[in-house]
Amino acid sequence: MIDRRAFLSFAGLGLATLIMPRMALARAATEKRFVLVIQRGAADGLSTVIPSGDPGFASVRGALAEDAEGGTALGEFFTLHPALANTASLYRDRQALFVQAVASGYRERSHFDGQNVLETAGTGPYRLADGWLNRFLGLLPPQDNEAIGLASAVPAVLRGSAAVSSYAPSNLPDANSDLLLRVADMYERDPVLHPLWSDALETSEMAGDFSGNLRNGETLGTLAARLLSGPGAARIAVLETGGWDTHRNQRGGLARNLGRLDATIGALRDGLGTVWRDTLVIVATEFGRTVAPNGTGGTDHGTGSVAMLMGGAVAGGRVVADWPGLRNADLFEGRDLRPTQSIYGVIGGALAAHFGIDQGRVMRTAFPVAERGAAMEGLVRV
Amino acid sequence: MSRAVTALNRFGLGARPDERMPADPERWLRRQFEEFDPRPSEFDGVATRTAIAAELADWYAYRRQERQGEGAMAPASGRNERAVAFGESGKRMYREMVGARLESALNDDAPFVERLVHFWANHFAVSGDNSALLRFAGLLEFEAIRPHVLGRFANMLLAVEQHPAMLLYLDQMQSIGPNSMFGARAAGRGRERGLNENLGREILELHSLGVDGGYDQADVTELSRALTGWTVGGLGRGPGQRFVDSESRPGDFVFLPQLHEPGSRRLLGRAYPEAGVGQARSMLADLAAHPSTANHVATKLARHFAGDDPPAALVQRLVRAYRESDGSLPEIYQALIDSRELWVETPLKFKSPWEWSVSAMRALDQTRFRQGIAGFSRQLGQAVWQPRSPAGFPDSDAHWLGSDALMRRVDGAQRLVARAQNPADPRQLAAALFGERMSAQTLQAISRAESPGQGLALLLVSPEFLWR
Repeated sequence: MIDRRAFLSFAGLGLATLIMPRMALARAATEKRFVLVIQRGAADGLSTVIPSGDPGFASVRGALAEDAEGGTALGEFFTLHPALANTASLYRDRQALFVQAVASGYRERSHFDGQNVLETAGTGPYRLADGWLNRFLGLLPPQDNEAIGLASAVPAVLRGSAAVSSYAPSNLPDANSDLLLRVADMYERDPVLHPLWSDALETSEMAGDFSGNLRNGETLGTLAARLLSGPGAARIAVLETGGWDTHRNQRGGLARNLGRLDATIGALRDGLGTVWRDTLVIVATEFGRTVAPNGTGGTDHGTGSVAMLMGGAVAGGRVVADWPGLRNADLFEGRDLRPTQSIYGVIGGALAAHFGIDQGRVMRTAFPVAERGAAMEGLVRV
Repeated sequence: MSRAVTALNRFGLGARPDERMPADPERWLRRQFEEFDPRPSEFDGVATRTAIAAELADWYAYRRQERQGEGAMAPASGRNERAVAFGESGKRMYREMVGARLESALNDDAPFVERLVHFWANHFAVSGDNSALLRFAGLLEFEAIRPHVLGRFANMLLAVEQHPAMLLYLDQMQSIGPNSMFGARAAGRGRERGLNENLGREILELHSLGVDGGYDQADVTELSRALTGWTVGGLGRGPGQRFVDSESRPGDFVFLPQLHEPGSRRLLGRAYPEAGVGQARSMLADLAAHPSTANHVATKLARHFAGDDPPAALVQRLVRAYRESDGSLPEIYQALIDSRELWVETPLKFKSPWEWSVSAMRALDQTRFRQGIAGFSRQLGQAVWQPRSPAGFPDSDAHWLGSDALMRRVDGAQRLVARAQNPADPRQLAAALFGERMSAQTLQAISRAESPGQGLALLLVSPEFLWR
């Protein structure tokens, strides 16, 4: 019995028709890559890109203010959390940029609704069925619009009419290749299962015999880099990270989680090699957390947070912020960092510049209904 | 036969090959309300909450001692052994509980009610992401869901919110009234201890009213204040434990007035005078009776059975059943059975990995998978009681229907077939399970298989088997 990887790479028999067309189309046109990292659970932007220079900072943050100790100074005002070592070195190389006090249009405090709005860019949760990244795919030439979610199921931001795939390594023994072929036959006339199965076969070949746990930061970055390199590789990937909902004892948990994120970024940079030059990574979360700590050493659901842009394509080495301030009167509803910048303006501006597409088209297509603000200029080197 | 197939697959957890097709499918479903056993023999071996609490208390005490006597203790290797043993014991308990859950779903005579148990456990989700919750998560289903699955929603809600798994998971144990005796003393010593609104928010958003149910931030805070003092005793950890009555069993719910925020509260426009533990209880009772809760629960149930976009008429019928019966769950299930929309032949829902695994093992006539099912479910993308979110696993086709998920089911089907004892003839099995519903395409694929085992694997991943 030949195993399925070997079988697929021969691609000589009946399966050839299934996987060849896409492979044949792949060519070394643009080398642009885009990676979206979603922080699910509302990451605390104030402990990530820390406003240590704000006069009210130390008193309002209490024990959480200690996060700034040992961090990297980002100019006079902000400090990067010490767990973000790779990120700090990217910042020094002018390949990392942070936008503080960003938010989507969502102003309630439910994770699930907040994530849905972040990903669909609807005027409210569940108003739009497709994700903004899927709509954006329609603007790219067919050979440049392969997108993949690194998860068992497709994340909402990638769902929609453009075909995308999903992948996560499994420790189940591989089914044999003959069975896979017969499954393909059985699904041939099934409008839902047939395209999914074609993708499954193609992706499992690309990933090789990768096994590992995607909750390990480095593993996640390494796998993403592999799926984004080489001929026929995806150009766009969505990574999901969790554990950001730090209601109690935030300091240790957040440091570990930021360390994991930082390891992902490092592994992605190393794994992509020369392609990193043409790569844009955006890290975003559904909303921020309360400015003041709660009664249990953590923070509760808030509003404004930070977006991080990294990659060789980024015009980095700076923090962009229309800083709202931390005095009580400055806060949103007396408790949260007031957002001063739409996350969609950041994403739309960066994507347009990165892929060389007209800004207006990107904003209208990807963010057709959301209150999106203007596309932000100058985030990416062109 | 066709209605029987619907009853077995859409309402139940799939047919077993030896199962006779019910002649009166509606009656077969209704009879399960009497036949359901909240604690069948499969659960005999699982750990009790007292034993779990004792083990945790022991472990925390050991860790405390270790920290205090840093270096002076046993050599590092001894410490590691202890930690490894503690970790292994947790995994063993968890595997045992997942195994018990599966075997009761495989072997008992009330698969419709078992499905509903799984539904409610996901509605009131906790996630076994640390050593304490790994042990307690399954107990929430066994102790708070199963005894109430055929009772009133209000009773299930109260049992869940007072269960140690929920109190631990949503940080309620840490939440302290700032003006309580304990909170005031801590503040006097310069230590800030206070409110944690995690449980309060999720009760409103996820467990009762639903996110658009008409509450605001002030309601979240007020409910959270009323809930202070609700905690778990005997874990040897958590604020105010020295006040716990020595009579109470370790791991049980306790109310500590010393932690409770004093005063009357206001929730959804209604006043609740100070009543100690009774204050939040009254709030929960009113939340259960609230029209938004009826709507939220009805919509989720309809989505589970009728697909991601359930017909509005169906939802309304369930809402009416809820409101007219004061949230009596069997009345709502009866309304489901009586709904024409649920008896159509076309499939309405893509099975979740758990549903698929249970139905596949039933089809293969398996009765046990005690040690393996926890890992198997994890590989399929749905680790039991570990959704990593208080919202539970999404109950939608879009979430489960991915290319990677499909590959895992094919791998999984092959593994299940490999461990089946007396594999049936796949063609006969297909006919027994689905009758006329099998498409020519599937039948052809099955009958051309190179071996009976391969044919069975194909049957398990056929479109007919993946949907319900």
